[in-house]
Amino acid sequence: MERNRNNEKLDKTILRTSTNYLLPLLILFSIFLLIRGHYLPGGGFVGGLIASIAFVLHSFAYSPTQTLRMFSIKPFFLIPTGLLVSFLSGLLPVVLGKSFMTGVWFAESVVVIGAFGSALLFDVGVYMVVVGVVLTILFTISENT
Amino acid sequence: MLLPIIFTFLLAFVMLLLKPQKMARFFKFISVIPLLLFLYLLSYLPAVHYGAKSVFFKNEWIPSLGISLDFKIDGLSMLFSLMITGIGTLIYLYAAEYLKKDENIHRFYCYLTLFMGAMLGVVLSDNLITLFVFWELTSISSYFLIGYNTTEEDSRKSALWALSLTGLGGFFMLASFSLIGMVSGTYSINELLTQPGILVNNEFYYIIISLLFAGAFTKSAQFPFHFWLPGAMKAPTPVSAYLHSATMVKAGIYLLARFSPILSGDEVWNYTLMIVGGITMVIGALLSIFHKDMKGLLAYTTISALGIIVFLLGIGTETAYYAACTFILVHALYKATLFLITGIVDHATHTRDLSVLRGLGKVMPLVAIAAFIAALSSAGIPLTFGFLSKELFYGITTGTIWTQESVFILTGIVLLTNVFLTSAGFLAGIRPFFGKLPQEFKKIQKPNIFLWLPPVVLSFFTLLFGVLPVIVDQTVINAASSAVFGKSTDMYLSLWHGFNIVLLLSIITIVLGIVLYFTIKPSNKNEGRLKGLDDFSPQTIITNIALGIRLFAFKYTRFFHNGYLRIYILIIILFFTGIVGYKLFADVPLRVNTEGLSEFRIYEFIVFVITMIAIYIITNTSSRLTSIAALGVVGYSICLIFVFYGAPDLAMTQFAIDTLTVVLFVLVLFKLPPFLKFSNSKIQFRDGIISISFGILISLITLQALVSPADKSVSKFYADNAYVMAKGKNVVNVILVDFRGFDTMIETIVLSIAAIGVYSILKYKTQDGEKSE
Repeated sequence: MERNRNNEKLDKTILRTSTNYLLPLLILFSIFLLIRGHYLPGGGFVGGLIASIAFVLHSFAYSPTQTLRMFSIKPFFLIPTGLLVSFLSGLLPVVLGKSFMTGVWFAESVVVIGAFGSALLFDVGVYMVVVGVVLTILFTISENT
Repeated sequence: MLLPIIFTFLLAFVMLLLKPQKMARFFKFISVIPLLLFLYLLSYLPAVHYGAKSVFFKNEWIPSLGISLDFKIDGLSMLFSLMITGIGTLIYLYAAEYLKKDENIHRFYCYLTLFMGAMLGVVLSDNLITLFVFWELTSISSYFLIGYNTTEEDSRKSALWALSLTGLGGFFMLASFSLIGMVSGTYSINELLTQPGILVNNEFYYIIISLLFAGAFTKSAQFPFHFWLPGAMKAPTPVSAYLHSATMVKAGIYLLARFSPILSGDEVWNYTLMIVGGITMVIGALLSIFHKDMKGLLAYTTISALGIIVFLLGIGTETAYYAACTFILVHALYKATLFLITGIVDHATHTRDLSVLRGLGKVMPLVAIAAFIAALSSAGIPLTFGFLSKELFYGITTGTIWTQESVFILTGIVLLTNVFLTSAGFLAGIRPFFGKLPQEFKKIQKPNIFLWLPPVVLSFFTLLFGVLPVIVDQTVINAASSAVFGKSTDMYLSLWHGFNIVLLLSIITIVLGIVLYFTIKPSNKNEGRLKGLDDFSPQTIITNIALGIRLFAFKYTRFFHNGYLRIYILIIILFFTGIVGYKLFADVPLRVNTEGLSEFRIYEFIVFVITMIAIYIITNTSSRLTSIAALGVVGYSICLIFVFYGAPDLAMTQFAIDTLTVVLFVLVLFKLPPFLKFSNSKIQFRDGIISISFGILISLITLQALVSPADKSVSKFYADNAYVMAKGKNVVNVILVDFRGFDTMIETIVLSIAAIGVYSILKYKTQDGEKSE
């Protein structure tokens, strides 16, 4: 990477400009995939992957350090948080007197999302874990290069 | 019952918060926990006291697998749990003083509490699987306790020995439980009791009992697994006192007693227990008196005592069960006393060497009295509790149920054991306290009340039960032996049986024991004699076997784990091709129906051509980056195929994963050395053959799978129920987050572990300054 440092800025103008627009779009898209997953193709896993790709793109256009700066906490902490969210979504029915990980649903459907329940919460947890895992792995590796 | 046990486990972790610097005085009060449990259990005593009655606590756990958190208090579990909590209270009190200078005492109490909770779980569980879980928990928590002095290698080694043996035995036991569950259709001990014949008459009976024996014998240190127990002496003395008297080693005894009404009735059961127990009790007793270390001596007498109990269970008569239950309590009381006293002596004089210790009775009279009583009880002198059990013991072997010869043999070995145990008890309980006080011990400190009170209390009960056996015989012991016997018994303990052969044997035992006590003096020479036995001991043999296995594993790993990723993949593919290919061509009639295949469409053809070009580039390029990019193209092409055949979820995920894979490769690319030619044309030819045959095999399997009739009921279930039960229209996602949500959760954990692995490996390297170029 050292050899073309001088040209780096020049090379990346188009990439950077497009990234500025693409990043929010991709994140939105990933959230869209996450939410609609229960009815149409999508879900927490794919959503998480798309979101990670968005950040990876950003880190290519700028640098991993700058991408990391966008997070107020390290992406690593998304992993335990996500696991906790998934686990709590499984625990929710226990509180309501059903067995662990039974689906619980709100009686009325929410606008845009449709029926809202513990399954979506679970997917959110998966989403967070995936983002955390991918970014942790990639940034750890790129930091060590 | 569930709540107190869970509560105990939670409290164990709360202990970790009690930092010893600030909270030191709290540890004296922690003994309230076992005391409360003791009182709680005592409140059930009236309910189980008459006959074989029991109190049941039902809690569901995994009903679909027949696993529950059911607990049952009957006579047997009552006896054990009262010992665990009762002696536990004294141990807690004692340890607070004994380890007060230890800066990790909060950890010690955490382990001890975990251990106590697990032991209670073992003796109270009614479900076999639950029992197993608690059983393994006792192994693990005792591992922490035995290896408590983590800085000493010996201590860690002994702990590992104890864990490996008892843990291994535990797995055999689990196998036995699974078989029991399979044969009888239930894991509930209570239900098994209602159908006793079902297991005894089953074809798997001998497998079941031998596996069960493996579990019980390793835990209770029966020959030839007895050697881990003396090693466990490396634990702090309060732990030894607890493990040897009321807990851990008694778990195996409990298991045998618990299963006696269910599995006994066959000669193999009885003879195995009698032979193993008999060998153990003689060996333990013989070896004990050669030790000059107080703890070592006591450890071997424990082995012997455990042998006696197993032996009694093997005899299997009503009287024998009664004697076994009595002896369990007798032994717990005097053994705990002697161990606690050993701790006091060790604390005060900094030695446990019996050839040095003398005359301590002048400095610590109360302790000496307690030790004296315990020694008398272990010798079976009248008016102590031990006398009663010894009378019962001789009564059984001289009883008329067998032939003349067997009476002589059995009485003979019992006499031998008892003589040695008497002598060993005197050595540990009397010798250090009598005689002239050596100069160096003149200035030792008097023990603190927290140290001397527990053994004094225990010896008080030894005397009390010895003089007034009526306090325990009907309430606890009778109920316990009824539970072992399977029917209620009406036995009782009595102080005086009149002048008979049993009394004569008792007198002979005591006289011979005293003679032996004066003849054999603890010394280095005697201990040295034992060293010669080491070469033949099971420990040496097992160690050698373990070393052999390690050597084999090392060589095996060297061969396969040679560090070349390409060789790994080569081996995996070769194996797969070989085995699956053989199976496919040898056993399965190959049917490939080309008619059922759909037509080759033009865009599929385009994808096919792209894939081919990409593959050609991968194999022929000399640049890493190019080959990785081409690999990405292959991945994308496969995604397109998914799209064509209506698997958008799969395709999307695959797209994302492929993208990230390429990115990942690019990132590590800079770390790799420049692209070298690793292969010559010969290797390429070999790899070509292997990959082509692998490809053909996979294609054939796929085509074969297409014509094979498939069971569609599973996919139909998901398709039908996705919306009805989980309110989702995307079946794939519904399966992932709902029907098989638990799998997904575990998979996310696997992912997390992978991330943590990458993170820690790379971070560790940079911190170490080994950053590779």
